[in-house]
Amino acid sequence: MNILVCMKQTFDTEAKIALNAAGKIDGTGVNLVINAYDEFAIEEGLRLKEKFGGEVILLSLGGQSVETSLRTGLAMGADRAVLVSDPALAEADEWAAAEALAKAAATIPYDIILAGRIAVDDGSAQVSVRLAEALQIPSVSSILKLDIEGAAATAVREIDGGTETIEVGLPAVFTAQKGLNEARYPSMAGIMKAKKKEIKTVSLADLGIGDLAPKAAVTKFSLPSPRAGGKVIPGEPADAAKELARLLREEAKAI
Amino acid sequence: MAKGIWIIIEQSNLAIRKVSLELLSQGRILADQLGEPLVAVIPGKGVAALAKDVAPYGADKVIVIDDDKLEKYTTGAYTSALNKVIRNGGPRAVLLGNTAIGKDLAPRLAQRLGVGMASDCTGIELADGAFSFKRPIYGGKAFAEVALKAEPVLATVRPNTFPVAEPDASRQAETANESADIDAADLKAIVKDIALAVSLRPELIEANIIISGGRGMKGPENYVILEECADVIGAAVGASRAAVDAGWREAKFQVGQTGKTVSPTLYIACGISGAIQHLAGMGSSKVIVAINKDPDANIFTVADYGIVGDLFEIVPLLTEEFKKLVS
Repeated sequence: MNILVCMKQTFDTEAKIALNAAGKIDGTGVNLVINAYDEFAIEEGLRLKEKFGGEVILLSLGGQSVETSLRTGLAMGADRAVLVSDPALAEADEWAAAEALAKAAATIPYDIILAGRIAVDDGSAQVSVRLAEALQIPSVSSILKLDIEGAAATAVREIDGGTETIEVGLPAVFTAQKGLNEARYPSMAGIMKAKKKEIKTVSLADLGIGDLAPKAAVTKFSLPSPRAGGKVIPGEPADAAKELARLLREEAKAI
Repeated sequence: MAKGIWIIIEQSNLAIRKVSLELLSQGRILADQLGEPLVAVIPGKGVAALAKDVAPYGADKVIVIDDDKLEKYTTGAYTSALNKVIRNGGPRAVLLGNTAIGKDLAPRLAQRLGVGMASDCTGIELADGAFSFKRPIYGGKAFAEVALKAEPVLATVRPNTFPVAEPDASRQAETANESADIDAADLKAIVKDIALAVSLRPELIEANIIISGGRGMKGPENYVILEECADVIGAAVGASRAAVDAGWREAKFQVGQTGKTVSPTLYIACGISGAIQHLAGMGSSKVIVAINKDPDANIFTVADYGIVGDLFEIVPLLTEEFKKLVS
């Protein structure tokens, strides 16, 4: 079974966000890691490989810095990686990213595509679903469980207020929700092996893509106005609780 | 006069979800600014009766897509049906709630329509006929304003972003029935089972009040004190990443950058230190309360009201006070 896993390099979730002089997100000194949800996707891919054999191929999009995160994924146990890297993708929106990934995926034999349900940076949660549409295959979002039997998959996915079980034929795209599995850490042996694994970098021209003018553009970044700490309510627990309830009703009008 | 703002109505058990009413209410304001109609689109099975429920919230027209194949939501069937109706109708903008369905449906629909999309928006501005969508990024640590270059513009909107308008029972809307006309290729996924959790508490993302517990809860057995409090004030119960990673609560209850981002009217954080990724997920709450025994906990820097003390003592007392208020 050939398992394609899409992953994105993102800021560590502990990172504070600041804007640079140009008003863009400032990445200076930020720790870059594999998007947390994509780690679940990689882990699920590795488990499928352990069960059915085949290859786990990582697919990402971005600059050369992404190689360090791909190396981490390879150290977890993935076999090889493809990085779509092109200056023309600097301002790529979700549509352009999906189109480029779809063209790259078409060059790789796959039976299943896994990805995180959302990236913790832009939080759009669009690209994987768009990728499925671009490849004209089904997708199942936000999965908590995945069983494969032959060319059929049964996935349990999170819906509002519960879960839903979906049956779908392969190939299909599945996006991982927290709870699907616990991602492994790379072992020392895995890290050593990963150094020799292939990371193939391809440009848009390599994929036969000409124009990918984005359909969405960020016109402005801003930071939330900082919340000021409010009042700490003093007194014995019973008095403090009573005062808090009163303030929530009368002052904040929140109860 | 054509174009217009279209709202994709989401229903559950033939009751319209609150976020759809929020979108109709805001959609009415935007449609008036444009001088164009507000259209409610209701896909589903047996949903024709819901048409009368959307008119009071401002819809000028209701498009009902009633089909057996739309009884249960599937990505393919809904994309297929809506893609055709949207292509025929040519709206200026299509808005959906950022719910489990909206999050899954909107990107696929956007790709099929070949347009850009703004996800999980918390603001919509209209200037000279052009939309600007404001959306949280980095889990709420920053905001991006997004312009979309092709019509129709598509956006999902975070629940609790816009208020629901007072319904006007005298408003009338014309109803049009459209056939679903679903392509066979879009019927590849089958819903085998839906398991809804037996909970009378509101959904985390739609709740007006959330009471959350973190590491300070000390164990899964102690969440009952939050649940008791929640049930008095109609709140949802959330958890921090620390509590979820410890296995005390299911991941679906996690609030934060790697969980749910929420904007309730009131957020009560109990035994939560206030890690940056947690604050990102709840920082847009209108009122924040912190109960923590550590006076230096970071959560107090964002809390409107705080009590320094033992949550096991304070929460039950607070529950009793809430009982007096709501009775």
